Amino acid sequence: MSEAQSLVEMTFELNGAPVAATVEPQTPLIDLLRERFGLTGTKRSCDVQVCGACTVLLDGAPVSSCTVPAFEARGREVLTVEGFAAGEDASPLIEAFVNNAAFQCGFCTPGMLLAAKSLLDADPAPSEETIKDYMRGNVCRCTGYKKIVEAVHEAAEASR
Amino acid sequence: MKPFRLHEPTTVQEAASALADAGGGAALYAGGTELLLAMKSGLLAYDTLINVKSIPGLDSVSADGDGVVIGASATHSAVEHDPLVRERLPLLSEVEHGVANLRVRNVGTLAGNLCFAEPHSDPATLLLVYEAELDIAGPSGARRIAAGDLQTGSYETSLGPDELLTAVRVPVFPAGVRAAYSKFGYHHRPTLGIAAALAVEDGVVADARLALGCVSPVARRLSRSEDVLRGERVDALAEGASVLREAARLASEDADAVEDMHGGVDYKEHLVRVFLERTVLRALARNGGGDV
Repeated sequence: MSEAQSLVEMTFELNGAPVAATVEPQTPLIDLLRERFGLTGTKRSCDVQVCGACTVLLDGAPVSSCTVPAFEARGREVLTVEGFAAGEDASPLIEAFVNNAAFQCGFCTPGMLLAAKSLLDADPAPSEETIKDYMRGNVCRCTGYKKIVEAVHEAAEASR
Repeated sequence: MKPFRLHEPTTVQEAASALADAGGGAALYAGGTELLLAMKSGLLAYDTLINVKSIPGLDSVSADGDGVVIGASATHSAVEHDPLVRERLPLLSEVEHGVANLRVRNVGTLAGNLCFAEPHSDPATLLLVYEAELDIAGPSGARRIAAGDLQTGSYETSLGPDELLTAVRVPVFPAGVRAAYSKFGYHHRPTLGIAAALAVEDGVVADARLALGCVSPVARRLSRSEDVLRGERVDALAEGASVLREAARLASEDADAVEDMHGGVDYKEHLVRVFLERTVLRALARNGGGDV
């Protein structure tokens, strides 16, 4: 019979490197990333899993770090925009976002990039419809989305 | 958020015992996509969360005769992409794809969605036409109920304080069934959901299952509308057909629509009439699977 814990000791892989942390169960993943590890590329915006600004990849799948508890990262891989930008597959997406002016204020961009990466990992040649469907949970208040969709499409073409 | 402790049982019995021991001070945690938002806002507070994901095997999706058994910690995404679900329950896969957004689907669970009993739930509505059943476990043993017997009100279920939902059993539709699900709304959650599953034999609607959700606290079958459609010739069921209008009218009468942030009663009853007709026609235009 296990006991209820008020602290969770854990190790996980953060942007490709093994790390350790002790967290309180109620600590959301975004607080661990921003405050403990200084990874402030992950943005808190709506705080209710609607906007996607806080998107990180957990074992390659987008999740809302504003609400997912930090302990859920135990033994798993977390990728933030910092780790993504340092990776080999980042440049086509980043260049496509710049070429297409797919951001203005930039607050949604870390989440957009990570959502787009996970899409292209699963589907290297997505249709426009697929891009819109996959990215519809990531909100941008500046661009009207057209440029973001075009950037993801261009990055997919450039990666082929 | 108020601090809580994390209990990680390894068996269903241990989880049920922990619930019983806590006497209301504990809640089950699976995806947390709804629970943690309520806790962050201060609407709910628990001393302990009991993590059902620590119970091995509870996330399995497996065959059960012709149907599928979905474990309590299977996420919406896992259900959506499961090969067995796609093959046997294509409409469930499609409806799961439409739940919330990708990040929520990657974390939130089907069973958690049902147990949280938020009135605006696509799966809770759809499972009524599948005539799904739910496995429930407690300290005194297991029981099985119809999916429609779980939710009793807004955020209220028939689960005992020491009981947990362990699996969702979804049978395939009978042969010849054509089915569709419609949702409508401008908010994060749907304002209306309607499911239609119509068995067609020799050009006649041999059986009809219709379910309505989101416009009232609890999703329901629309038995009077079902009765109206049974026995009708499919080729007579065109847009505006009087029998369809009658089914739609009865549905809006039986909706018990309530006013909330999604709109007033008249508005919702109008939506019910429009979407009941559309959903029946979309179901009949298809061969069993189809779009949402």
